[in-house]
Amino acid sequence: MPSSIPASGTAEMTAQPLSVRSPSTMSNSLAALWRDKLAALSAVILLVVLGCAVLGPTLLADEARAMNLQARNAAPFSGGGGWLFVLGADALGRSLLARIIVASQNTMVIAFSAVACALLIGGALGLIAGYKGGWVSAVLLRLADSIMSFPSMLLAVIVLFALDPGITNVILVLAVSRIPVFLRTIRAEVLEIKERLFVTAARAMGAHTDRVLLRHIAPMVLPTAINLATLEVAFVMLVEAGLSFLGIGIQSPEVTWGLMVADGRNYLGSAWWLAFWPGLAIMLVTISLNLLSNWLRILTDPVERWRLVSKGAV
Amino acid sequence: MPDVPLLSVRNLSIQFPTPTGLVRAVEDVTWSVRAGETLAILGESGSGKSVSASAVMNLIDSPPARISRGEILFNGIDLLKASRRTRKAVNGKSISMIFQDPLAALNPVYPVGGQIAETLRAHGVDRRTAHRRAVELLARVRIDDPERRARDYPHQFSGGQRQRIMIASAIALEPDLLIADEPTSALDVTVQAQVLDLLKSIQAESGMGMVLITHDLAVVERIADRVVVMQAGRVVEQGRAPEVLTDPQHAHTRQLLDAVPGRHGFPVPPAAKSGPPLLEVDHVTRVYGPLPSRFATGATRPVIAVDDVRFSMASGETLGIVGESGSGKSTLVRMLLGLDRPTSGTIRFDGKDLLSMSPAETFKVRRRMQFVFQDPTASLNPRMTVQQIVSEPWAIHRDVLDPEQWRPRVSQLLAQVGLRPDHADRYPHEFSAGQRQRIAIARALALRPEVIVCDEAVSALDVSIQAQVIALLKELRSELGLSYVFVAHDLGLVRDFATRVLVMYRGQVVEQGTVEEVYDRPRHEYTRRLLAAAAGGLPHAA
Repeated sequence: MPSSIPASGTAEMTAQPLSVRSPSTMSNSLAALWRDKLAALSAVILLVVLGCAVLGPTLLADEARAMNLQARNAAPFSGGGGWLFVLGADALGRSLLARIIVASQNTMVIAFSAVACALLIGGALGLIAGYKGGWVSAVLLRLADSIMSFPSMLLAVIVLFALDPGITNVILVLAVSRIPVFLRTIRAEVLEIKERLFVTAARAMGAHTDRVLLRHIAPMVLPTAINLATLEVAFVMLVEAGLSFLGIGIQSPEVTWGLMVADGRNYLGSAWWLAFWPGLAIMLVTISLNLLSNWLRILTDPVERWRLVSKGAV
Repeated sequence: MPDVPLLSVRNLSIQFPTPTGLVRAVEDVTWSVRAGETLAILGESGSGKSVSASAVMNLIDSPPARISRGEILFNGIDLLKASRRTRKAVNGKSISMIFQDPLAALNPVYPVGGQIAETLRAHGVDRRTAHRRAVELLARVRIDDPERRARDYPHQFSGGQRQRIMIASAIALEPDLLIADEPTSALDVTVQAQVLDLLKSIQAESGMGMVLITHDLAVVERIADRVVVMQAGRVVEQGRAPEVLTDPQHAHTRQLLDAVPGRHGFPVPPAAKSGPPLLEVDHVTRVYGPLPSRFATGATRPVIAVDDVRFSMASGETLGIVGESGSGKSTLVRMLLGLDRPTSGTIRFDGKDLLSMSPAETFKVRRRMQFVFQDPTASLNPRMTVQQIVSEPWAIHRDVLDPEQWRPRVSQLLAQVGLRPDHADRYPHEFSAGQRQRIAIARALALRPEVIVCDEAVSALDVSIQAQVIALLKELRSELGLSYVFVAHDLGLVRDFATRVLVMYRGQVVEQGTVEEVYDRPRHEYTRRLLAAAAGGLPHAA
């Protein structure tokens, strides 16, 4: 039964839709990604790192361990020893390139697992603390405060001293120490968003708390959470390096980028490349993640999406 | 009245570049204002009514905006060609401007007296004279006890008082011309009348020219000598206000005038079905803040938002609730929708007490009572498509409709509210405000409710869009037998739409009855004041 009301007035119809049709399919998203060159480059870098992390240890494990005392602290691009030594060699004459590729697995596993755990737990608690308020929020926040005020390094030292200093425990310790950051940020966002009218509307419709949280609030805080997470990945990589440096993180012969930076510290004066290349790897991954998450934020926001589709987008 | 215009804008064209191309904000606009005269620029949102005045005040950033043609003559000087220094000397001193939102224009961390004095001091008045003058100005705009109030901060004043303080600071330098951009749109109707009368009397005293930008015909009727009607960046009609308003020449002006509720008299509302009341509100009170017993000596006193409100509504009735901001309308709506609980009293829906229900029963009742809120932009989730928004009630109330039926039913609902079925895959920001409100109405209809609570549902819309939405609501009323609780501050609108009216003032219901009773024979002093203040826009009101 179509109504006899005119299909919106003249003034309304002249207001043409601002945005282009949503790129819902995969190929559309990829096309949008290609248009944003920086984001595309970031995606390529991350794919390469992912490839290294998956395949590196099986292909290059021996090369990464092989010592060549003649190539001790060999400078990058010095030409000797083949392609494995383009980036130079470390104090024991091991190929830096091979070591960086092999180390990417541990580094990525630790950083991503720790941040993912912190994001999931901190995010969930933040949603609850922000939405429920009251004593639940107070208890959660004081817990977060106590974790934050306790030096995370000290916590890690105690825990890892008591437990086995393996990858799992390192992930656990790092995750726990980063939960408060997510909890507080997400709670603050939720406090603002839950007052918005569309949340009130959902409640008035009879929506249960879980629906309001998951369908209305979570999608709104997700972009912030993801952006924060990409920054946290870099931070976690460095903390992990600190733990390894103290000898309670990853143990040799296992290796991570952070550990390589820490090892190279002693040779900064004579062989800067020992710390530089793994440091550069950390930086590249962080920046790529950041750029890509930014792009993702715009892509998933219907209001902003036109920026990616129209020409001359940044 | 001298014959030479004080300010004249001639053939002005301004364009703004946007991602979708060049937008012509104003096109070949010409108007002028003389000393002692009030010119109203009337138009709906997007008509470009503010743009030419902003160009006068040099408030348009160019680039990006392009002023491609025209001139702005003030006392014979073309402001567009004038040097930066000349313009600075003119702006603020010879021409000053007041804005819609006085709170945004006043600095919250300085006392208001100081802010007015600051304007004077910037133009070379010494400290003591400036202060004395500021107090005088506050007295002039009828702020009580100006000496003491000059030391108060903006948040300590009401909306109307803040706008008067803005006026005081605008007239501090005795400008030749005052530009007021929607000066009363954010104010309640009685306050609006006071502010407009104040502007009129200041003008009579100082002989300044005034340009008033507004969307509100009532404002034009009350204060303007001449009027310029704008549509889509062009001047479609101009002339003396009484003539334009009584004998409009252009179709758009006629459309605007017709859209004002009650312009053609009021319809006889459909008689309410007699029967048991659908909604009963009994002695409902809501107190915010500390309860009196707990912190007896506390500095904060509890605020009684809703005070002993009683009414009942039969099925098929449209109950209008009118009142100014702070009268407790919104709190009452929140309690009806179960978003807030009364401190005392009962609310019964179809004979059952809403407050003592189990969650499962409340859930069932929600299905029968839906809502449309004031701001359609805020009440729709920006990340959901129209399809998701309109079908959300079914996602919440699972047993109403089979998911396979969602899509066809959404198309049907969209058609019913005057949108196209293919709009379902778009996002809210792709629609105009009026269309968004239609989406919100479609969502409210999804569960086939018996009552729709409209909280200022059309206040944010332009008057012609408002008329369309009201027409839609009326049609749905007769088609589906809906009842409405219609909360508004616009008296004309309520008279046009409601069958019964409830007047709220400071949390209390001061008067209730049928539309004819309340509007034609108001008993309470406050209702009379409200009707008198709105009289400008209500030619048929007694």
